[in-house]
Amino acid sequence: MRKLFLVLLMLWQVQAAALTIEITQGAEGALPIAIVPFGWKGGPDRAPGQDVAAIVTADLARSGRFKPLAIADMLARPTSGDAVDFRDWRALAMENLVVGEVSPNGPGGYLVKFQLFDVFRGEQITGYSIPTTERDLRASAHHIADIIYETLTGQPGAFATRIAYVTSTRGRDGKDRVVLEVADADGYGPQTIVSSNEPLMSPAWSPDGRKLAYVSFEQGKPSIWVQEVFTGRRDKIASFKGINGAPAWSPDGRSLALTLSKDGSPDIYVMDLARRSVRAVTRHSAIDTEPAWSPDGRYIVFTSDRGGSPQIYRVSSAGGEAERLTFEGAYNARASYSPDGRQLALVTREDGKYRIGVMDLQTRNLRVLSDGSLDESPSFAPNGSMIIYASRARGRGVLAAVSTDGRVRQRLGLQAGDVREPVWSPYYQRENRP
Amino acid sequence: MKSVRFALGSLVLLFALFAVGCSSVGTKPGESGASVEDRSGGSGVETSGAASGGAWSGNPLDNPDSPLYRKVVYFEFDQSDIRAEDYDVLRAHADYLASNRGVNVVIEGHTDERGSREYNIALGERRANAVQRFLEAEGVDASQLSTVSYGEERPDVMGSDEHAWARNRRAVLRY
Repeated sequence: MRKLFLVLLMLWQVQAAALTIEITQGAEGALPIAIVPFGWKGGPDRAPGQDVAAIVTADLARSGRFKPLAIADMLARPTSGDAVDFRDWRALAMENLVVGEVSPNGPGGYLVKFQLFDVFRGEQITGYSIPTTERDLRASAHHIADIIYETLTGQPGAFATRIAYVTSTRGRDGKDRVVLEVADADGYGPQTIVSSNEPLMSPAWSPDGRKLAYVSFEQGKPSIWVQEVFTGRRDKIASFKGINGAPAWSPDGRSLALTLSKDGSPDIYVMDLARRSVRAVTRHSAIDTEPAWSPDGRYIVFTSDRGGSPQIYRVSSAGGEAERLTFEGAYNARASYSPDGRQLALVTREDGKYRIGVMDLQTRNLRVLSDGSLDESPSFAPNGSMIIYASRARGRGVLAAVSTDGRVRQRLGLQAGDVREPVWSPYYQRENRP
Repeated sequence: MKSVRFALGSLVLLFALFAVGCSSVGTKPGESGASVEDRSGGSGVETSGAASGGAWSGNPLDNPDSPLYRKVVYFEFDQSDIRAEDYDVLRAHADYLASNRGVNVVIEGHTDERGSREYNIALGERRANAVQRFLEAEGVDASQLSTVSYGEERPDVMGSDEHAWARNRRAVLRY
């Protein structure tokens, strides 16, 4: 019986269908910036395979906070600071200017140098030399975009991060092919983590970005797996009777909150990952599910219909009395904390439409940010600037993102099939970067 | 051993499909493979009639004229109460299971696509449990029944309209 269901392939390092990103609503008051194509200091035979300036430009434009100048509109194309004439850029009303060059750096290596200027003052604000390789060139470009973003906005950038999501394609045999994928935050380089003919659900990043927990029905019933993203090694950690769902890592990475219905109705449990022991955090005859930790690890928010309709509740991660947080509307579900712990992103229903909302935990004020009718699965970028979520467009599952202030909207498209359940990775430490 | 059973099960399925001439409403042909395999562990009575190919004397579960032919019940939005119009179908299944103690069934709970996915898993489980309780109250032994919820992950009908949603809010008896 079990073997029948196990039609599962591990296809690490396989390139999957690419995601494309389209900005559907830009912000007013975006900063004008010029990013000049970087120079190449080596011979034509081993020129870098990536256009670093183009990657930086796309990152900054996508954030909605910057309005990069088109290359065709540039009056000059300097590649180092001493070749810059600031009058060229003041004439175009640019506030900031980025120039740079890539040079060979040992076998297979590159050195990427860039400088960021304040055009009006005619001064360098910052500049770095970054040693990298062909393989890491895109990551280095995202890192440069992070530095520019943080220098000019005061907030850390989240360009050198990744997203995990689930795709589904219905084959000619009528069976769904379900794939859990990971791609760079700009949609580049998608890779298959696991694929199956049975449902895969609820991917969750470990706090170090090295592991994903997810739900798989590959054995004919749901179980929770933890898989190392870089090696593909995986472990089944929960396979109790009934529901095994909604895994959520504690901020210290030692525990996993999850939903189990082994004792009757679904309740929130916390598993100690080293000992594999579980303790109940909620005990209620209603549905309790979709746990998410506060960044300080003290609280778990979850969805419960104990009051008659699904609403968000908060409980100490040690257990105890739960407090209801949402009162507006008849449907509020799947909450998650912003990185600063001050807001919750959630799914809320208004006029029969399911949309992404953000609730301020201090004022309890709920703002609706998305404009679809079947929006779900919100996930904050690790810098809190954007929320990625799943939506539907023209009968297909698509990913979309909205800035936390609601001003910028993007749609991330897949070439075929449905895409859903996006989760934004945490920051990677430099040594953790793939 | 398992593969032999599976091969036998496939054979039974093949004959059954041949006799019926088409697959049943609400169950896809690929999915009934697993159910047949399940059954072979229980009673073997259902094979003989199908193989004879004449008037219906085989497994009543495969007889289009039997109430047992229908293995799906539907639910209202966000509800898990069994609808009165489904009582007769479930009672027929309860009678069948009560008089065939060797037969096991998996009750699948499903929801429409609206709302969050894990909440829908919980809602689907509630629907499967409602069917399980109904069958137990009608005399089926608990050991014959198990449940699994697929939430919104396995829609029967694709689409985002009232028709598709109504068809997808269901519980399926998987023999």
